[in-house]
Amino acid sequence: MVTTNLTRRGVIQTGAAAGAGLALPTILTAGSHAGFTNAPTGSTVTLGFNVPQTGAYADEGADELRAYELAVEHLNGGGDGGMLSTFSSKSLNGTGILGKKVEYVTGDTQTKPDAARASARSMIEKDGAIMITGGSSSGVAVAVQSLCQEAGIIFMAGLTHSNDTTGKDKKANGFRHFFNSYMSGAALAPILASNYGTDRKAYHLTADYNWGYTTEEAVRTSTEAMGWETVAAVKTPLAQTDFSSYIAPVLGSGADVLVLNHYGGNMVNSLTSAVQFGLRAAEANGKNFEIVVPLYSRLMAKGAGKNVAGIFGSTNWHWSLENVAGSKYAGSNAFVQSFGTKYGFPPSQAAHTVYCQTLLYADAVQRAGSFNPCAVAEALEGFEFDGLGNGPTVYRAADHQCIKDVLVVKGKENPENDFDLLEIVDVTPAEAVTYDPAIFGGDLGSCNPGA
Amino acid sequence: MDQIILQILNGLDKGSAYALIALGLTLIFGTLGVVNFAHGALFMIGAFCAVTLSRILSLSHVVLDETKKDFLGKPLKVEVPYANDWFGPELGGAIIDWAVPLSILFAIPVMILIGVIMERGLIKHFYKRPHADQILVTFGLAIVLQEIIKYYFGANQIPTPAPEAFVGSFDFGALIGLDSGKVIYPYWRILYFCFAMLLIGLVFAFLQFTTFGMVVRAGMADRETVGMLGINIDRRFTIMFGIAAAVAGLAGVMYTPINPPNYHMGMDFLVISFVVVVVGGMGSLPGAVLAGLLLGILESFASVREVIEFLPGINQVVIYLAAIVILLTRPRGLMGRKGVMED
Amino acid sequence: MFGLEKRDANLLIAVGALVLLAPIFLNPFPEGSALAQFNAGYPDLMQRFVIFGIFAIGFNILFGLTGYLSFGHAAFLGAGSYAGVWMLKLLTINVIPAIVISTLVAGVFALIIGFISLRRSGIYFSILTLAFAQMSFALAASVLTPITGGETGLQTALDDPRILDAANESRNIPAPSLFGLHMNDSAQLAVGDWLWTFNVGYYVAGIVMLAAFYVAIRIFRSPFGMMLRAIKSNQQRLNYTGLNTRPYMLACFVISGMYAGLAGGLMVSMDPLAGAERMQWTASGEVVLMTILGGVGTLIGPVLGAGLIKYFENIFSKINDNLLHQWFSFLPQGLEDFVVTIIHPFIGKGWHLTLGLMFMAVIIFLPGGLVELGQRASKLFKKRNPPQTGGQKEPAE
Repeated sequence: MVTTNLTRRGVIQTGAAAGAGLALPTILTAGSHAGFTNAPTGSTVTLGFNVPQTGAYADEGADELRAYELAVEHLNGGGDGGMLSTFSSKSLNGTGILGKKVEYVTGDTQTKPDAARASARSMIEKDGAIMITGGSSSGVAVAVQSLCQEAGIIFMAGLTHSNDTTGKDKKANGFRHFFNSYMSGAALAPILASNYGTDRKAYHLTADYNWGYTTEEAVRTSTEAMGWETVAAVKTPLAQTDFSSYIAPVLGSGADVLVLNHYGGNMVNSLTSAVQFGLRAAEANGKNFEIVVPLYSRLMAKGAGKNVAGIFGSTNWHWSLENVAGSKYAGSNAFVQSFGTKYGFPPSQAAHTVYCQTLLYADAVQRAGSFNPCAVAEALEGFEFDGLGNGPTVYRAADHQCIKDVLVVKGKENPENDFDLLEIVDVTPAEAVTYDPAIFGGDLGSCNPGA
Repeated sequence: MDQIILQILNGLDKGSAYALIALGLTLIFGTLGVVNFAHGALFMIGAFCAVTLSRILSLSHVVLDETKKDFLGKPLKVEVPYANDWFGPELGGAIIDWAVPLSILFAIPVMILIGVIMERGLIKHFYKRPHADQILVTFGLAIVLQEIIKYYFGANQIPTPAPEAFVGSFDFGALIGLDSGKVIYPYWRILYFCFAMLLIGLVFAFLQFTTFGMVVRAGMADRETVGMLGINIDRRFTIMFGIAAAVAGLAGVMYTPINPPNYHMGMDFLVISFVVVVVGGMGSLPGAVLAGLLLGILESFASVREVIEFLPGINQVVIYLAAIVILLTRPRGLMGRKGVMED
Repeated sequence: MFGLEKRDANLLIAVGALVLLAPIFLNPFPEGSALAQFNAGYPDLMQRFVIFGIFAIGFNILFGLTGYLSFGHAAFLGAGSYAGVWMLKLLTINVIPAIVISTLVAGVFALIIGFISLRRSGIYFSILTLAFAQMSFALAASVLTPITGGETGLQTALDDPRILDAANESRNIPAPSLFGLHMNDSAQLAVGDWLWTFNVGYYVAGIVMLAAFYVAIRIFRSPFGMMLRAIKSNQQRLNYTGLNTRPYMLACFVISGMYAGLAGGLMVSMDPLAGAERMQWTASGEVVLMTILGGVGTLIGPVLGAGLIKYFENIFSKINDNLLHQWFSFLPQGLEDFVVTIIHPFIGKGWHLTLGLMFMAVIIFLPGGLVELGQRASKLFKKRNPPQTGGQKEPAE
């Protein structure tokens, strides 16, 4: 009587048929399913969009949802098709995925691993979602990824930057398009060296949790490799709101660069404090004092206001990329056009990465000819593509991480509006940020189709 | 030495925010006997008074700039504040620049009004109910207020800078005769501390030197007797609630340039201010202020690099550790009275 | 029966029946119908109902009987969760050691914290427990990362030793099980358009919940329970009679903490991940809310409160505009948009707002919580129809 992870949609169909004929209870057993969790049997397929809708990242989550809705529209043949027209793989044709119309359900991660898993499980168990995607923090991504591995569902990570997601916590059913801490460090180092010189003393403030650790490590290693010295690294509580007591001693420490390994509200507040304490205007060791923010996002830049002016950082994508860096990054403008027309402002990097993830998943299913997670994973592994706005990209098979160019940006001095806050300084080519997937340990395991 | 001065300065300015919120909480608790979990939300609403006023002042109309293109390749929309049209770019710009200080005038009536409505409309019905019920209903209210703000302003932080004249920092050390360039401190934070002290002083003076304050203090000590003397103590307590709300609101207004506000900032302060109130001693106004400043200083010293290296994680827990130690050695906090909230 | 009075035995049987049949009556709407979104009968949510029920029952033993308001109860849930995951990692994937050890670990943790915190009463006690819980949370999320997995949480991995289990041949992490019966296994039954899911994990948790409920009844009715009530009504008088109340309080606190640990152990058995935010003050606040919403000091109240809050969290947060438009598509276009606009702020990302309004409404109009609602309803029912006893009127649970 007991079956593992019965496919819900299959059951509904069979149940309905039996019910109509006999109106008798039908107890379903193993064998009545297609061999993997939630195999879609009707004319539709359901995707699960799990994004933060409450809490500090709610606005980022809202932007992700906009991009998901746009992606669904394009997959079903609506709108202007967005990046479908520039995507190098041409298997998607606007008739949904494998001819099935794409539908979706949404959930709230609350940026808490527990709540995110509850929401994802509800999508899998109740709504029959075939794929889960989204999220705006690494804690959530790692937690939901392992859940999907257990349930036999593909997980397409949203915004998650920690090395762990495709490093020590990587899973066969999980894929990440976004870049990571290591790549940020590797991309930033040469540009910091050319702008600030190789003789610098850095002071790190690091958010006291996993992402903070990996980011500090990455930036330290790559800046020390080119001659910088690390004066001190201080951990700050994640729940901290006023960073003044951490910022105040920086000027007297002998450092001439402050690296803020913070994200979200942490970064907005610590940067605001740093500027208040006059670090931007100060001089140390005969040089201008500088501040670096390894991971930038537009929403953070908006929260910090004028304080971001002139401050370097890295980002996965920016809406002006194709205009600035040329047609290598084809797709960017198509996406901006279609997003901007629908919503009235340009998309954020979070919106971009989740849009790409949705398209990549749909394309992989189409190419594999099956929704089976193992077939999809196989189609994604080692997949080389172009035209999704980041230039030529490869989904590396060894750790399910996308390898692509990384943008180095800085805060604009005189932004023209709320969305024009960052300007692209340089693009570090993919070769310069590639690393050996073995260095972070972890084990993909084997793909799990559930059932 | 300069490190110590720096951290004391920092602790005082951090602590003055705690002290202001704790003072309001204690006022409400001391007068009305109500545990107000929505007090953090009042602090947050104060901050959003500043955001609202700066938005009102910079209300704009759109002018198309044909020479520039926006991200979709259409003519760039440039927003021109009405203030600039009416007063010229110079005066108009100055008005927008001074939005935060101007918000103080805006926030006082708004916050008193909100406080009075809250007390008359909701809290009044909970005087005789258990503390747990008060906590729950005010917590529910806090969530509702928070969500309303989030609905209109979003979840992201909103930069609300100080006037240009107060941006940046100055050499505080040189002022008090230390080597120059050692103790650099931002103008606005010093201003925040002074403002907080002024506000606390005003509240104390009001309670100490006015007839109104005298009656309120009498009511805090023995409500029934004061009522029997024919004084309408309820009305005064309502006004005190309004004042407490205004204190929290002003703390919020002045806080906006320090950290950009978001809808959640009240909750971040709520727990800590309760700890402050209890450490100070339930119902003791000087206790609340003292505990606020002390815990602020303690928190600052715990975040010094050398201390963290010696005791990893101490910066995460120092306030709670201090609360435990104080409550175990001084059963009613620093200055608490006997028999308050012990059942 | 079971050493209980008739009334209590009836209550226990009623709760047992509810737990047994929950998969059926929690799915009142046919699959595929517009209202199916309100169905709560899927394994994850049902498991949460009973597990948070246990948590709230335990909290109520402390708060309901003695009036001591602990604001740090989530620390015990968290400690239990971590202990549970470590058992699943080190010992065996069988859930029994995880559940037992997590209960014990939480008990020891509660003994230490209770020993110190119970030196004070009233709000001072609340703040002491809050301080301990916040310290546990802050340390678990940061410096204790090697033990707790930090902010990402602690989970099972492929290379865990699991010394009691046979070597893992497959390249997949084993799922928690009870002697080979996987917690995430389900059987499904389709009757007409309805679909019911019977999940192994849910029934394991449900049986544990019934046992916990039974123990709680026994405690409520025992001399020990009387003593705790006496502490609530007047601790000073007890002290004057020469009685030392501390051991009773401590015992009560530890029992309550063990309930929380048990809930934590079950949680990781259903879903092997323990995150630090389980210990945060908001989580402690949640169990206070559950208990008060349901009805403080009543037996069934906390379970109902837990159900209601979890229902809101999981169902309302998943309703989006897209669904609203589907539901109201029968209305004329303009009216449809209007209705959707009105409802929009309360669903999806606005579910916190709905929750806050509900707290306020319940506490303003129903000081005794949901149990009072049930009593009022049953009174109303009795007046009209004397012999009948009114059932619970809570569609949410």
